Amino acid sequence: MNYVALKMLFGDRAKYLMLLCGLTFAVMLIVQQGSIFWGLMIWSQSSISNLNVPIWVTDPGIAQVDEVKPIAGTAVDRVRSVPGVEWAVPLYKGLLRARLSNGEYHQITLAGLESSTLIGRPADVLEGRFEDILQPDAVALDQWAVERMGGPTVIKVGTIFELNDKLARVVAIAKTQKSFTNIPVVYTTYERAIRYVPRERRTLSYVLAKPKDGVPVEEVTRRIREQTGLGAFTAEEFEWKTIWWVLKNTGIGINFGTTILLGFIVGMAIAGQTFYLFTVENLRQFGALKAMGTSTFTLARMILLQAFTVGLTGYGVGIGLATVFGFLTAQSGGLPFIETWQLLLLVLVALLAICTFSALISIIKLARLEPAIVFR
Amino acid sequence: MDSQTQPAAVRARGIVKSFGTGDTKVTVLRGIDLDIYLGEMLLLVGESGGGKTTLLSAIAGILDIDDGDIDVLGVPLGELPAGKRTTFRGQTMGFIYQQFNLLPALTAAENVAVPLLIQKIGLPEALRRARAMLDRVGLNDRAEFLPKNLSVGQQQRVAIARALVNEPRLLICDEPTAALDGPNGEKIMELLREVGRSPDRCVIVVTHDSRIFHFGDRLARLTDGRIVSIEPIAREGTA
Repeated sequence: MNYVALKMLFGDRAKYLMLLCGLTFAVMLIVQQGSIFWGLMIWSQSSISNLNVPIWVTDPGIAQVDEVKPIAGTAVDRVRSVPGVEWAVPLYKGLLRARLSNGEYHQITLAGLESSTLIGRPADVLEGRFEDILQPDAVALDQWAVERMGGPTVIKVGTIFELNDKLARVVAIAKTQKSFTNIPVVYTTYERAIRYVPRERRTLSYVLAKPKDGVPVEEVTRRIREQTGLGAFTAEEFEWKTIWWVLKNTGIGINFGTTILLGFIVGMAIAGQTFYLFTVENLRQFGALKAMGTSTFTLARMILLQAFTVGLTGYGVGIGLATVFGFLTAQSGGLPFIETWQLLLLVLVALLAICTFSALISIIKLARLEPAIVFR
Repeated sequence: MDSQTQPAAVRARGIVKSFGTGDTKVTVLRGIDLDIYLGEMLLLVGESGGGKTTLLSAIAGILDIDDGDIDVLGVPLGELPAGKRTTFRGQTMGFIYQQFNLLPALTAAENVAVPLLIQKIGLPEALRRARAMLDRVGLNDRAEFLPKNLSVGQQQRVAIARALVNEPRLLICDEPTAALDGPNGEKIMELLREVGRSPDRCVIVVTHDSRIFHFGDRLARLTDGRIVSIEPIAREGTA
């Protein structure tokens, strides 16, 4: 009877297309909004992932990575003295204004890396040599700085600008993950970074550390917290802390959540209603099938097959359209779009819920259907 | 009639059926006794609302009765659980409806194959047997047509083929000529007599159409929920 069920489904082309459009729209909306949401979350913690170090040591009251609370300069040595720490290096991170030769000002994030190791440097360099930041007045930029500060004709290797009235010369352009605020990042050595910024009592933003081989990173962060009284997080913990902060303190979660919920409800409403109409309009035919000996169980199986067939088709088309959208937006770099398998799995579960709900309404109707209807 | 010396294929005793409750309760069948024999075509006639369709539904086992017993081919329907009754109906009965009730998305051959698919016969074999049955009702050249592309008479022929394709022993026809004009109704009844009647099968036809009475063997009149008469039908050249 599966053959009959599918022929009935595809035979009513108008309703089939309406169902398909409703479910495709729901899937596309949920995947598209979910992927943009996750992309924004990844952007929000890119200051952590771009540095690619396993342990972040911070002020114990820190809320998120971009809200820097400076710590005492002795923290580096205190962390180094914790058993299980392989190495620990200082990191400066702060906001500053850059003045270009054309007179324009741009806010930048200044990142100061420990000069002997350059730990925390970006993995990929698009132009120049990152190591050249060891030269006098040398800095490296991320590619977003080029985009935000005037484009490749204005900002390139060799460009000179000012940071707090001090000279900065671009020696490299690195490839990094865009940040949530999209503020350009200027990399230099730790020592030079604290010379660029106005004098402050405390200049150390973070201590970056790595556990010795064989020592679990969670164990080392626990020891650092206990022995130094500082905050210590694995990179993953710090990333999630930052993501939760963004979710709690901005309307982004509610906004995207509402849109995703709307997609789910609209999909369920369209699919449920159309499917119910489809069943009601075929009630005499279903009654005839029942009279001819089709059990309610078989009819339920037919309805579920119809619902899941159109549902999975809508799932495929919806994901395809959302992916094309994502590909186009990712190419332009305007919107973050990260389609994860977890999201696709979640959407599949949501879609199956929509299909099951739609099918159940029809199945209840058919279970109560008196086959005697065919004689009326 | 010789067949009446055999046990009845359908044996109904004391059938009572009401709809509604309290002041709105309507008793549609008021103690029906009826025997139908293999090899015969029984016409069930009577005024509208007299209970013909209700009796037909009860005999088919698709409507529960309030009182009485119905045996079909020796099986007491009231004692069968709902699932087994559905299976029994699929294996032993064929249906022809006033409105045909063909599935609009299926071709004529596919529609005819449906009862076989319900019996879990594979699609290729079901379609082969469906085409053979369509050939018997003179529609072999319309096997791949959708119902909407067939005339009303052709649609009823497809419905007859569907009702007969699994060789049912009880053929139940509800106003089979009601949607057809006179000549087409005659043709359909001729076809039903030609391919539907068999010594191993009994046919029940509910009808208003007095022009087709001569196709039956016996005529049962149902009035106000009771069978008021059952008479053999005299044919030209007999009696």
